Amino acid sequence: MQLPYIIEERPDTGLNNAKLGIWVFLASEIMLFGGLFSAYVFLRMAAPVGDFAYWGSKLSIPMATVNTLVLISSSVTMIMSWVSLKMKDFEKYKMYMGLTLLCASIFLVIKYFEYTGKFHHGIYPSSSTFMGIYFTLTGLHGLHIIGGMIVMGYFWLPAGYKMWESEPEHFTNRIEVVGLYWHFVDLVWIFLFPILYLL
Amino acid sequence: MSDHDNGHIEEHIKVYLTVFGALAFLTLLTVAASYMDISTTEAIFLALSIATVKASLVAGYFMHLITEKQTIIWILTLTFIFFLFCMFIPMITVIDHASLS
Amino acid sequence: MSNDTHHKENFLWKYIFSVDHKIIGLQYGITSLLFLLFGFCLMMVMRWQLAYPETPVPIVGGLLGEPGILMPETYNMLGAMHGTIMIFLGIVPLAVGAFGNYIVPLQIGAPDMAFPKLNAASYWSYFVGGVIMVTSFFMPEGAARSGWTSYPPLSIFETGQTMWLIGMIFLITSSLLGSMNFIVTIVQLRAPGMSWFRLPFFVWAQFITAFLLVLAFPPLEAAAVLQLMDRLASTSFFLPSGLVYSGATVDVYGSGSPLLWQHLFWFLAHPEVYVLILPAMGIVGEVIANNTRKPLWGYKTLVYSLVFLGFMSFIVWAHHMFLTGMGQAMSAFFQTTTMIISIPSVAILTAFFISLWGASIRFTTPMLFALAFLPMFGIGGLTGLPLGVGASDIHLHDTYYVIGHFHYVVAPGTIFGLFAGIYYWFPKVTGRKMSEALGKLHFWPSLIFMNGIFMPMFIQGFAGVSRRLYDGGQLYAHAQDVLQWNEFMSISAFCLAAAQIPFLINFFVSLFNGEKVDRNPWGATTVEWSAPSPPIPHENFEGKIKVYRGPYEYSVPGADKDFSPQTEK
Repeated sequence: MQLPYIIEERPDTGLNNAKLGIWVFLASEIMLFGGLFSAYVFLRMAAPVGDFAYWGSKLSIPMATVNTLVLISSSVTMIMSWVSLKMKDFEKYKMYMGLTLLCASIFLVIKYFEYTGKFHHGIYPSSSTFMGIYFTLTGLHGLHIIGGMIVMGYFWLPAGYKMWESEPEHFTNRIEVVGLYWHFVDLVWIFLFPILYLL
Repeated sequence: MSDHDNGHIEEHIKVYLTVFGALAFLTLLTVAASYMDISTTEAIFLALSIATVKASLVAGYFMHLITEKQTIIWILTLTFIFFLFCMFIPMITVIDHASLS
Repeated sequence: MSNDTHHKENFLWKYIFSVDHKIIGLQYGITSLLFLLFGFCLMMVMRWQLAYPETPVPIVGGLLGEPGILMPETYNMLGAMHGTIMIFLGIVPLAVGAFGNYIVPLQIGAPDMAFPKLNAASYWSYFVGGVIMVTSFFMPEGAARSGWTSYPPLSIFETGQTMWLIGMIFLITSSLLGSMNFIVTIVQLRAPGMSWFRLPFFVWAQFITAFLLVLAFPPLEAAAVLQLMDRLASTSFFLPSGLVYSGATVDVYGSGSPLLWQHLFWFLAHPEVYVLILPAMGIVGEVIANNTRKPLWGYKTLVYSLVFLGFMSFIVWAHHMFLTGMGQAMSAFFQTTTMIISIPSVAILTAFFISLWGASIRFTTPMLFALAFLPMFGIGGLTGLPLGVGASDIHLHDTYYVIGHFHYVVAPGTIFGLFAGIYYWFPKVTGRKMSEALGKLHFWPSLIFMNGIFMPMFIQGFAGVSRRLYDGGQLYAHAQDVLQWNEFMSISAFCLAAAQIPFLINFFVSLFNGEKVDRNPWGATTVEWSAPSPPIPHENFEGKIKVYRGPYEYSVPGADKDFSPQTEK
């Protein structure tokens, strides 16, 4: 039994199953982070005036700015890896996917230094509601980065990319789907960065 | 995807790199803007506007939403409406609080 | 994936980790029915306490420690877990996971769901969540006891909550994965000729339900993470400043808000109640059309009502929060949206009633349950109206009236719909029919005793008896006149339990000895009846399915039989 529309698109919707699937999943992720952003707004309003700004000032804007640029770069390398597959250039795909993984790792390393820096100064999630929501939002985002890295790592390794030999179009679609997830993770950070660090 | 064939790919690469440049610029812009001496409300509005532009670029060009099919657009529009309710209604219940007067 | 020709056929892969939607549907079905039974038993212990306060509970008294009396803390625990188990481990997995998974691909003419492995993953995630919930009973301090609503600050300090929250995260993940699968399946895998307005009403109901789950659950998942952090990491997302608990000031930062939890919780939990009812409405639609031998009246009205209902369900949630101090504007907004949302429900019910007009009704067991659904859901829905209006809600909020209202919708409402589904689709799954005689013996007492349990709750609610009271109102002067109903309701509950015995006997005996039937014993039009009984593993149908007709072409003038299947030209 072969399910239809795994690779070819269904005529009336113009989509293959995985493309629709990932967008529905991303819709649920929008609501997940939406719930947390809603919590941020509520908590900011519930806190004493200036409380969030005070605690927010303890965050390092330079580190986060670098991280923002790193993540944006990883988005570009991600789409370039997909483009390489569309152009049937497998070596370029491996290079770009590798760069994406590298950028993601750099992001996590910087995050690690951010977190440990806070702990070193005795600042924990329990230190204030701002810190609580800061660690939760960035922590959940970080978990999404790790999840993405696991999947991307799998497709970067022989076990994952052997599908390129047998079904190149299917493999290309899978990388497109992974890319959509990764861009979404970048998208969340695009909002996280100003909200947590700059406001 | 069948609506990107090799001939167009090179043009797409140019678009992606342009978007990258725009995103980098807007990132630096939003950081610079945060040092401006404006009220909190204005700062929020400015930061979110810039973030929305950046997000639109990622969503529109990297995620191909600009050429995406109706089904996806509808699902996202619906999601966005509910997202707005989830964001704003709790906030409004705090502002619009019951009182004796 | 094209590896299914090499599918491992050993027991483990064929039955335990199967990716076939039918096996997964049955897994969901068995697991959820067991949980429903367990949740029902928890309630019976509570009802014993309410009827015969502080007397030893028979049969299970030994588990409660000497002298076998239910204590207040345990009562609260049973209450919280009864709600949690019935909703998240019982009804939703049965209605969506079991019925949805089994029937939807068949009704759209597909060989399976769009993502079979994801389907299996969502079942196992549900299973793990269920195990965690049940295991929590055996923890030293027991299971959760802060209500299924888990309101802070109580839920931050009470025992048993941590496992509840972790269990919920697994259950939510299961729902998200599952609902994603349903949406893609229904959009992408409809057979040629199966246009949107030829879909059976059941499929539309599952489609809208999937949207509710996929968009409404995530904020609760976020909230559950926040509550876990409040419990484990000393954060104070939901704890206000200056909180004093058990005589001591709580040592947290404060400046959090219990209302934040309520908003995030009810943002899901309101659409959740529509998740509870929509699949049952879908089943009732199928059964009514089939047993009236005429098309459903107002198919388009039904579909548009479903869509409108689904949309509105996202913007009524704070009607659960009228008493939290919200201002006039917000209160008016939510009262208005709540009143508006009753319109599509009424439209659907009315369309079902009108469908009966001029029909040759066959009073089969599924039809009896489907018919009973109509007035029972009607009572449930109508009794919701005073709760949706702020002025009356002030008196009725958190009283037994609310319990009566929502149980009418879910118990003689949804559960009757699900029973109708079991009797109706049993022949498709097994190739045998259940006994009609035992079916009627199940139906009539169930109907009577359901009303016996829940009707008096309105009386107690009007008198002002609060919900979640260990002693059922004994200590309150305003409750004295209505206390006698407690024993009446409890006896009805025990009788309701007894009334399920014919069902259990029927179910198991019919599996082996039921009357063997051909693939379409009910003379139905929808596509699932074109498949053999049971359908072929991994393929369902013998050839390619093509759809030529609408879903309910019964008694077509000039046709040779009183039903024209969708797959027949």
